[in-house]
Amino acid sequence: MLNQYSPEHLAYIQRIKRRQHIIRATQILLLVGLFALWEVAARLGWINAFIFSHPSKIWNAALRLASQGELWKHLGWTVGETAIGFTAGTFLGIVIAILLWWSDFFSRVLDPYIVVLESIPKVALGPIFVVWLGTTVTAVIAMAIAVSVIVTIMMMHTGFKEVDPNKIKLARTFGATKFQILTKVIIPASVPTMIGALKVNVGLSLVGIIVGEFLASKAGLGYLIIYGGQVFNMSLVMASILLLAVVSIILYFLVAKLEERIVRGRDY
Amino acid sequence: MAVVELKNVGLKYHTLEGEITALENINLTVEPEEFVSIVGQSGCGKSTLLSIIAGLLKPTTGEVLIGGEPVTGPNSKVGYMLQQDYLYEWRTILDNALLGLEIKGSKTPEAVAEVKQMLKDYGLGGFEHHYPYQLSGGMRQRVALIRTLAIQPKVLLLDEPFSALDYQNRLAVGEEVVRILRERRKTVIMVTHDIPEAVSMANRVIVMSPRPGTIQSEHRISMCDAGLTPLQTREHPAFRKYFTAIWKELNVSA
Repeated sequence: MLNQYSPEHLAYIQRIKRRQHIIRATQILLLVGLFALWEVAARLGWINAFIFSHPSKIWNAALRLASQGELWKHLGWTVGETAIGFTAGTFLGIVIAILLWWSDFFSRVLDPYIVVLESIPKVALGPIFVVWLGTTVTAVIAMAIAVSVIVTIMMMHTGFKEVDPNKIKLARTFGATKFQILTKVIIPASVPTMIGALKVNVGLSLVGIIVGEFLASKAGLGYLIIYGGQVFNMSLVMASILLLAVVSIILYFLVAKLEERIVRGRDY
Repeated sequence: MAVVELKNVGLKYHTLEGEITALENINLTVEPEEFVSIVGQSGCGKSTLLSIIAGLLKPTTGEVLIGGEPVTGPNSKVGYMLQQDYLYEWRTILDNALLGLEIKGSKTPEAVAEVKQMLKDYGLGGFEHHYPYQLSGGMRQRVALIRTLAIQPKVLLLDEPFSALDYQNRLAVGEEVVRILRERRKTVIMVTHDIPEAVSMANRVIVMSPRPGTIQSEHRISMCDAGLTPLQTREHPAFRKYFTAIWKELNVSA
């Protein structure tokens, strides 16, 4: 087929591909350029290297952490806590959304409370968790759950309610029970919503974990950032933040992979 | 003996604004293997009537008998085809066709084999493991029909089953569905606002008046009794006569 394309078409494809290459190259150049400028500015004294640090110093800080074995410990804590918080928050949110779908009465009763809970910035609850649960991993994970659970409930409940009523009617014509409608219609029909909730929750759980670590931890990237700030080791702070960026990209990528697996072969 | 009997069926809706009488005093008897079309304008309660026959809605007055037994809820004697195929996009074609059996807990190996045979017979043999989006509108409607037939209903209720298809497909799919239903000797009640469709397929056309829906008149269609297919009926000289008579009636009542 390929060799049947006309020269105009090949030129068109070439143009599109070239444009994509240029965009990618510019993206990389932008990053490299910014880091180079940062490095030069700090070395030539345009900015205060003590406050702003600079890439090579950050790199050295990261290497030092790695050689002491500290890097993996902190990284491991943050990733582990995020995984637990993310799973628990998502699971809890979905279960509560199912209960709200099941009982229209309770969903109506609880509606204003959920809206209020949603509008509260959840990080404000941090000190409460610390007092109740102590400076423990549990408090950190509770923070992540608090940040992600209400959004999950709202997204999933809305998703459940938006399932085409005719698809439910169809199941009812076969005499489906409420439980069958839930398992055979509502939940499978809401898989795209669920993936949407997962994507949102990855980011939110990480926010919860970092805030939790600020307040109640002796390990993790959040702890490193706070510790680095307190001892004015800006290189440590910057290195931790860059690591955090890498972690969040990897987590997002994992959810995207999961999505690919679930929707493969289907057209939603 | 009549397969379906409606005795003095009426239905009232309640809203905060008031009470609406949707259906009133509906009496209808459908004989075995008969194809009855119900026509009427939108909002005359014809779809509501099907929901009552299917056992999805309880009538305010009167009762529905199927095979002599009163209807108290959805049951296997009745198969319901909705306005669109409503195939579940997350299920394969085979799994969609098996939905009714699965819900009823009667997905035996024999029943599955029979559904597979129906898929083969009706030109869907190679598509068992495809997903709905990979099929054309006509094929999807056939899957919906097989899904309904799988539970072995005596009576089929069709709620404007071809309205989602374009005109060309509508005639072809209609022709095929009627052939399948006659082959399987099913009793059919179809609701539509498409008069030619109603006349071309049915032994009898029931005309309903606007709200409150009541039965206004009944037309016996000779072509269907004579065994003509829907497309043959459309070409028959008497077709226009029936069409005009029913169209005028609906027009007057509006």
